[in-house]
Amino acid sequence: MRYKLLTAALAATAALQFAGPAAATDLEVTHWWTSGGEAAAVAELAKAFDATGNHWVDGAIAGSGGTARPIMISRITGGDPMGATQFNHGRQAEELVQAGLMRDLTDVATKGKWTEVVRPKSLLDSCTIGGKIYCVPVNIHSWQWLWLSNEAFQKAGVPVPKDWNEYVAAAPALEKAGIVPLAVGGQAWQSSGAFDVLLAAVGGTDTFLKVYKDKDAKFAAGPEVAKVFKAADDARKMAKNTNVQDWNQATNMVITGKAGGQIMGDWAQGEFQVAGKTAGKDYTCLPGLGLNEVIATGGDAFYFPVLKDADKSKAQEVLAETLLDPKTQVAFNLKKGSLPVRGDVDLNAANDCMKKGLAILAKGAVIPWTDQLLSQDSQKQKEDLFSEFFAKPEMTVEEAQKRFADIIATAD
Amino acid sequence: MSKSERPSRLFRNLNAKVASIPMILTALVVFVGGTAWTVLYSFTNSKLLPRLNFVGLDQYYRLWATPRWLISIENLLIYGVISLVFSLVIGFILAALLDQKIRFEDTFRTIFLYPFALSFIVTGLVWQWLLNPDFGIQGVIRNLGWTSFAFDPLYNSSIVIYGISIAALWQGTGLIMCLMLAGLRGIDEDIWKAARVDGIPMWKTYLFIIIPMMRPVFITTLVIIASGIVKVYDLVVAQTSGGPGIASEVPAKYVYDYMFFAQNLGQGFAASTMMLLSVMIVIVPWAYLEFGGRKRV
Repeated sequence: MRYKLLTAALAATAALQFAGPAAATDLEVTHWWTSGGEAAAVAELAKAFDATGNHWVDGAIAGSGGTARPIMISRITGGDPMGATQFNHGRQAEELVQAGLMRDLTDVATKGKWTEVVRPKSLLDSCTIGGKIYCVPVNIHSWQWLWLSNEAFQKAGVPVPKDWNEYVAAAPALEKAGIVPLAVGGQAWQSSGAFDVLLAAVGGTDTFLKVYKDKDAKFAAGPEVAKVFKAADDARKMAKNTNVQDWNQATNMVITGKAGGQIMGDWAQGEFQVAGKTAGKDYTCLPGLGLNEVIATGGDAFYFPVLKDADKSKAQEVLAETLLDPKTQVAFNLKKGSLPVRGDVDLNAANDCMKKGLAILAKGAVIPWTDQLLSQDSQKQKEDLFSEFFAKPEMTVEEAQKRFADIIATAD
Repeated sequence: MSKSERPSRLFRNLNAKVASIPMILTALVVFVGGTAWTVLYSFTNSKLLPRLNFVGLDQYYRLWATPRWLISIENLLIYGVISLVFSLVIGFILAALLDQKIRFEDTFRTIFLYPFALSFIVTGLVWQWLLNPDFGIQGVIRNLGWTSFAFDPLYNSSIVIYGISIAALWQGTGLIMCLMLAGLRGIDEDIWKAARVDGIPMWKTYLFIIIPMMRPVFITTLVIIASGIVKVYDLVVAQTSGGPGIASEVPAKYVYDYMFFAQNLGQGFAASTMMLLSVMIVIVPWAYLEFGGRKRV
């Protein structure tokens, strides 16, 4: 009896929530864009979708992708799918697609000639499973950036470094001035991501691909990768006084000059922008840590669960088109600090750092990112290893490399 | 009772039996069925979605070779011993002190029990602030002038689990105290009088007469504390989310992370089966002694 009442009450609240002014079709969109710069960017998407006569119901889930994805997945597998949802394109939603829970967008894609406009092509490949397209890439996010605070280096009396090696050399001077040389937040994905960046920058593109694409465990235990672990050891020593958890708190340390720099993806740029900082003057960005200028084509994409409601399915198509619309692409990516997925849009308003990124993209110096190469399971093991490595100074470089090679040996 | 009435025994108290059917079904389907399902799928290589593709004991081999799982088990043992011993000892001492017919007993009881009204998440956040080196206890004492004072358990890998235990004790001891107090109030006044007439000192009366008489209360308390230990999760998430690094991970968090973050159900199920097994190892011999033994007496 009580149970029934409870269900009734729940149903009533649910009905209240979803009823609303339902002249246009409401489409709930879930994502994990909650920091200042991200929220501003997602508002652009909502504005563009609302302009089509539909209504964007914002389903932001706080706490970064790691927290949000399980919630999204359990809603989809549990039979309560949202209208559309963010994932990082690559392998995160692979099994959901295979289970037939995601909508095939091939028709919309052919109509919009996605294969011609989306650049680089590897983005759409990540959305394609068995020859059908299942997601809409909305931006290119690359991890390969080193953000440096000009103010911090000025205070320490050393010139702003031009690459990773100079940066490591400048670390003692920063420390002397009471500045944390490198900010790395406590969340596991941050230390793991920083290592991957070092792997591509210090080790080089071939090393990166040999480890993550070919999953060559012997190579991962070898001298090439040992160099990268040496660099990671430097990073660990430089980061040891960062007492923050979230990535944007770590970025804030760079913005306020409390930290010298941060290895973080280009989403950090949104934070600099919100804080009113100018690229080149207040902060410096070094793609590929200044050593190997490449851009990984990770990023965000929207997936559309299969829905029974015909109106909503129609609205899904409209949203898919809107997301790739040139105007939306520009507005969204300028706020987000990421690069657009179309090569034919005008980005004059882009700032210094974004222009650097666009130039690298135009050169075609792109690599696939770990989200596209490794399963979530392997990524999680990697995260466990590197969060331990960064937090535990007693852990030797050799031990860490041995465990890393073990993970690569069983990776899928 | 006459023979003709015996067959109807099944129908005696029919209402009560019908009323308990939902609970029996829930217990069978949800608890027993769910457990069997989990154990079965722990032998498969299920990833994001459950699939019946058996791989034998692979998930278990991998589990016991994972450093993070081993750290989790070690943490659970330390946390378990600390919360068992200290919450029993502190809880009993507080109860014994309250039992001395002191003034304002109600007030003290409320104060001690109050933390229990908070969830583990709130408790965890409160203690995360208290133990934060910049804003918490360490910061306050340094501001008072003792600048070399260091107390930052949550930021030190080797003692972080003790920092978590402090919060757990603060939250849970009040309840244990109340249970103990109820047990103490259940002891007949005459026993105290008899002990006093015989000239037995108070601490001896507690240790050798009262505590043995309170056995049922102790067993209830033990079960409550033990179940709280095995399932500890939210406290860790709120205080350190497993950090620094993986120094304060616990088994329940491993299960959750691997099932949902790593999209590896098989591994999560194997870990939860190991948790179940460890509970069984504790519970079965105890239940055998407690219930099996009594029948023969």
